[in-house]
Amino acid sequence: MFLDTFVLLAADAADPGFLASLNDRLNLGDIIVTLSFFTILMLLLKKFAWGPLMGIMDQRAELIANEIESAEKSRAESQQILEEQRNLLNEARNNAQAIVENARKQGEAQRGEIITAARSEVGRMKEEATLEIASEKDKAVAAVREEFVSLSILAASKVLGKEISEEDNRALIEETIEKAGEGR
Amino acid sequence: MNHENPTVEWLGLTFNLSNVLMLFITCLVVFLIAFVSTRRMQLKPTGMQNFMEWIMDFVKGIIKNNMDWKTGGRFHVLGITLLMFVFVANVLGLPFAITWDHKLWWKSPTADPTITLTLAAMVVILTHYYGIKLLGLKEYGSGYLKPMPFLFPLKIIEEFANTLTLGLRLYGNIYAGEVLIGLIASLGAGSIFGFAGALVPALAWQGFSLFIGAIQAFIFVMLSMVYMAHKVNTDH
Repeated sequence: MFLDTFVLLAADAADPGFLASLNDRLNLGDIIVTLSFFTILMLLLKKFAWGPLMGIMDQRAELIANEIESAEKSRAESQQILEEQRNLLNEARNNAQAIVENARKQGEAQRGEIITAARSEVGRMKEEATLEIASEKDKAVAAVREEFVSLSILAASKVLGKEISEEDNRALIEETIEKAGEGR
Repeated sequence: MNHENPTVEWLGLTFNLSNVLMLFITCLVVFLIAFVSTRRMQLKPTGMQNFMEWIMDFVKGIIKNNMDWKTGGRFHVLGITLLMFVFVANVLGLPFAITWDHKLWWKSPTADPTITLTLAAMVVILTHYYGIKLLGLKEYGSGYLKPMPFLFPLKIIEEFANTLTLGLRLYGNIYAGEVLIGLIASLGAGSIFGFAGALVPALAWQGFSLFIGAIQAFIFVMLSMVYMAHKVNTDH
């Protein structure tokens, strides 16, 4: 049907009633209707379906790109934070070790100091004690000597039978005792 | 199958009212599908929106196979419209054919060569238009002398051959499908045995026609984009 038209179309090309004869065999109206309907449909689709859908697809693409970017960023950030934390942990560990070391050293030093102090204190106390003992001894010797002088005088006065003045002879007696002490 | 067409003359032009009706219904169906599926759109697509986005991506894939998206993006709407239009037109004639007063009213609009050739001619003319628009007249003209100048006559014939094959392939497939469905249907309508015998072939053929309708729509869009790529790509 159509091919007939096509052949005839070539034959009748010069005919003045070409369009009319073409129209007899070919539905020119259908062609126009097809074209116009198709064009209208295309415009409507573009306005009501393609445009909005393209918009939302672009929006989605943008969203996904953003999400990927932010994920990348947060990954890098967490990596950095992890690195920082690791460094901090190392530092803290080193610090702790240093503190313990210090404490041990300090403790040792303190122990030495305390021992030295205690030793010197003991030495000092011993010396003091020795001195005290010596002075006590001297005091005791002096007291004994005094007592001895008094007793000697008392004995001498009893022997002599008379009162001799203590004041007069004291010097003499003390000298005697001194000598006696030396002789002992 | 020898039905008459309900033609009228108006303003000196012949209109096949059946074609006008079916074209209108096709456009209506396509528009409703597209319109309904793009309401309440969400970033996370559901249901019909998924379907529509699949169609868009499908056509995008066809175009990207043939040219880069920078030049091909402008044909996206054309491709989507062609695909949906041709597919819907192909399957409209499947469920039934309505004749009224010995005139065939309900059929696939693509079972009419006038319509398929109009679409084919439209596509080919558009390829020429965009070839001139995007490459310039000189580049467009030199395309006819490639790869060898003496092939120029063949190149001219090729343009017409493209138009004819593009249109007639679609018409032939759909028209043949309708004829066979008509035959099976008339067999089924003949007697109770005929109905029993026709049931399985009718179902099989309708399923196959649905498949053919989809394939032909795909081929039509694919070839349109191939022809378009031939005209707008410099490196072909």
